[in-house]
Amino acid sequence: MIPEIGHAALWLAAGLALAQALAGFRADGGRIAVPAALLQGVLCAVAFAALTWAFVKSDFSVALVAGNSHTAKPELYKWTGVWANHEGSMLLWAAVLAVFGALAAIRAKGLGERFRTVMLSAQGFIALGFYAYLLIASNPFARIVPAPIEGSGMNPLLQDPGLAFHPPLLYIGYVGLSVTFSFAVAALLLNRVTPEWARAVKPWVLGAWSFLTAGITLGSFWAYYELGWGGWWFWDPVENASLMPWLAATALFHSVGVLAARGALKNWTLLLAVVAFSLSMVGTFIVRSGLLTSVHAFAVDPERGIFLLVLLAIYVGGALTLYALRAGTVTAGTPFRPVSREGGLVVNNLILSAVLGVVFLGTLYPLFLEAATGEQVSVGPPYFQTALLPLLLPLVAVMAAGPLMRWRAMDWAGLGRRLVPALVLGIAAIGIALALGMRSPLALAGVALSAWLAAASVMIFRGRKLKRVRRIPASVWGTALAHLGIAVTTLGIAVSGAGTIETLANLAPGGRLSAGPYTAQVDDIMPAAGPNYTAIRAMLSVTGPDATIVLAPERRTFVNPGNETTETDIWPRLTGNLYAVLGPGDGSGRWQVRLVWQPMIALIWIGGMMAAFGGLISMMQGRRRREDME
Amino acid sequence: MRALLPLAFLVLTAAAEGPALPPAQEAAARTLMHELRCLVCQHQSIADSDADMAADMRAVVRERIAAGENPEQVKSYLVSRYGDYVTFDPPKTGANLVLWAAPLLFLAIGAVAVWRLYRRKGA
Repeated sequence: MIPEIGHAALWLAAGLALAQALAGFRADGGRIAVPAALLQGVLCAVAFAALTWAFVKSDFSVALVAGNSHTAKPELYKWTGVWANHEGSMLLWAAVLAVFGALAAIRAKGLGERFRTVMLSAQGFIALGFYAYLLIASNPFARIVPAPIEGSGMNPLLQDPGLAFHPPLLYIGYVGLSVTFSFAVAALLLNRVTPEWARAVKPWVLGAWSFLTAGITLGSFWAYYELGWGGWWFWDPVENASLMPWLAATALFHSVGVLAARGALKNWTLLLAVVAFSLSMVGTFIVRSGLLTSVHAFAVDPERGIFLLVLLAIYVGGALTLYALRAGTVTAGTPFRPVSREGGLVVNNLILSAVLGVVFLGTLYPLFLEAATGEQVSVGPPYFQTALLPLLLPLVAVMAAGPLMRWRAMDWAGLGRRLVPALVLGIAAIGIALALGMRSPLALAGVALSAWLAAASVMIFRGRKLKRVRRIPASVWGTALAHLGIAVTTLGIAVSGAGTIETLANLAPGGRLSAGPYTAQVDDIMPAAGPNYTAIRAMLSVTGPDATIVLAPERRTFVNPGNETTETDIWPRLTGNLYAVLGPGDGSGRWQVRLVWQPMIALIWIGGMMAAFGGLISMMQGRRRREDME
Repeated sequence: MRALLPLAFLVLTAAAEGPALPPAQEAAARTLMHELRCLVCQHQSIADSDADMAADMRAVVRERIAAGENPEQVKSYLVSRYGDYVTFDPPKTGANLVLWAAPLLFLAIGAVAVWRLYRRKGA
C-alpha cells in the first residue's frame, strides 16, 4: 500500500508540474504556479519517504528493493540504499528539484510577481521532464510478483558512510543550479537582466556551488580511502561530470558579482547560468546512461540513456535557442578598465572557461573519435595534468590579486603594493621547501603559489579595524575563507604529489617494508568476520620517528552480492597520511602489502571543505541584502 | 558466517605480479602502470585495478623493465599489441592534435572575446 501512495504522489506531482509550467502563459498564473510548486515539494517528500519505508522495512515485493537490498544489510545502508541505485537516485534528483522549486516559490519575490511566475513556469517544465522519466522509464515503485523472500543486496563498495552522503550533497548542488537556470530563462523572456536580478540569483548560485564543492570533496575522499589505490582524483568521466558544472558555477558567481555591482557582463552571465545547469544535466546523463562507462556507471541501460538525451536536447537546446534569440536585446552595462576588480573577474572567467573547455573535450573526445572514425582512444590523467597545469597555475596566481583590486579602475602600482606581503611569503615558502629537501620545480611552484594565495586571502581584510570586526560583510569573510581553502588544497596537491612514497612487497608474517620515515612489520595475517562479510586482516605494527601504531588493512569478501573489496587502513595526520593496503595472497602464505606515505595529503580535502563553507557564508550575505531590498 | 572463512582464503589468492624489482626500477614501473589502462576495467589504470588481467599486465611491465627496457619501450610494445586504447596518454598525432591544442585554442578564443569586450567599451 505505501509504495502505491508514493507512486500516486509522483503522478500528482507530475500533474502539478504541468499546471505550473503552463501557468507562465497566463497573466494571473502566479495563483496557480506558487501553490503548485509548494505542493510538489510536499508530494515528492511523500514519494521519497514511501520508497525509504520500503527499503528500511525490506519490502521485497518492490522490485527495486528486491534488486538492491538485503535483510542482512547494516541499518544505515538500508536508509542510504534508497539512492544507491538508478531509480532511487533519480527519485532523489526529482525530490531535490521539487524542494528547490518550493523554496524558489517562497523566496524569489524580490523581482516581482510576474518574474516569479515565469521563473516557476520554467522550473515546472524541467520538473515535468524528470517526472516523465521516472514514471515512464524508471519507476522506483514497480512491484514484483511473486515477491522474493530475500533481496539480492547492495554493491559493497557503496556500503560506506562517505558514499552514503556524497550523492545527496552533489544532487543539491546539481539541482540547485536549476533555479539559476530558471532565473536566466525568465530574465531572457521578460528582459530583466539587471543588477537586481544578479543580486537575487547570487545566493542560489553560491548555495548550489557550496554543496557541489562539498559533494565533490567527499566523493574524492571516498575514492581515496575506499577504492584502495591511494589516488584522490582519477579524471574518470563521472568525476569530470561533476567537475564541469562546478567550474561553470564558479565562473558564474564571479561574473554575477560583476553584474550585480556594475551591470556589466550581462550576456555572458546569462550564458553561464544556462550552461551551468545544462552541464548538471549532462553530468546526470553521463552517470545514468552508462554511455561513458566508468567505475560509477552502475546503471547501464541504453533505452534510458536515449530518454535522458531527448530531455537534455529539449532543455539545453531550448534554452540556448532562447538565448540566441533574446541575447541581442540585452543592453550593455557600465564600462570598466582592464586593471580593476571587474577586469580581474573577466580573467577569472576566461581561464575557468578554458579549463571547462579542456575538461569537456577531454571527457567526450574518446566518444567523438569513436563515433567519427571507429578508433578507440583513452584520455586520462597524463593528458589532463599536462593540458590543465598551464591554465591552473596562472588561475591560482591571479585569484590572489582579484579581491585586492578596486572596482572600476586601479593602477598597477597600487595593486603591486597590496601584493607585497604575498610575494614575500611566496618566496619564503620556496626557501622553506628547498630547505626541507623539495626539488621538483612543479611542486615548488605549487608551494609558492599556495603561500602567495594564502597571504593575499588574509590581505582581503587590510584596512579593516579589529574593533569593528562585526561590521565586516559576510561576503568578505566568505571570499577570504574560500580563497584560503583553495590555497590549502593547492599546498596539499603540491606536497603530496612530490613527496608520495609507495612500496609494495609480498610478505609473510614477520616480513617488513618501509615507506618514507615509517617501517611496517607484518605481525599476523588472520581471518575476521563482519555483519555481512568475511575478511582477511593484516596486523601491521608501524614504527616511525615520532610514534608507533598498528594498522589493520583488510580484504573483505561480501555475501549477497558476492563481491570483494579492499579495506584500507590509514593513519591520517596533518603532516601526512600513512596508507596501508592488503593485496591478494600468492597461495603460499605470502600476501601483497602496499604501504604509501603521502605528506600533507589531508589538506586537499580540508581546503575543499573550507571553500564550501566560504561559499555558504557568502550566501548569507546575499540573503541579507535581498531582504533589505524587499 | 564462520564456516565461510576458509573459503575466503581460497578466493583471495590472485595472479602473480611479476619479478621483484630494485626500488628505482619499481618506481619507474609504477609510474608507467598509472598511464596504462586496464583493458577489462572501466577507466582504471593497471596500477589501480584488482582485475587478473591488470595483474598480468603489471607482470609484463615488470618483466620487460627487469630485462632492461625503458618505460617508453614497454609502452610502445603494449600499444603495438593492444592499440592506443591501452594508454591514458593519447599520442600527439592526427586528430588528437586538436585535443592537445585545446588549452591554447580555448584561451585564444576567450582572449579575442575579452579584447572585443574592451574595444567595444574602451572609448
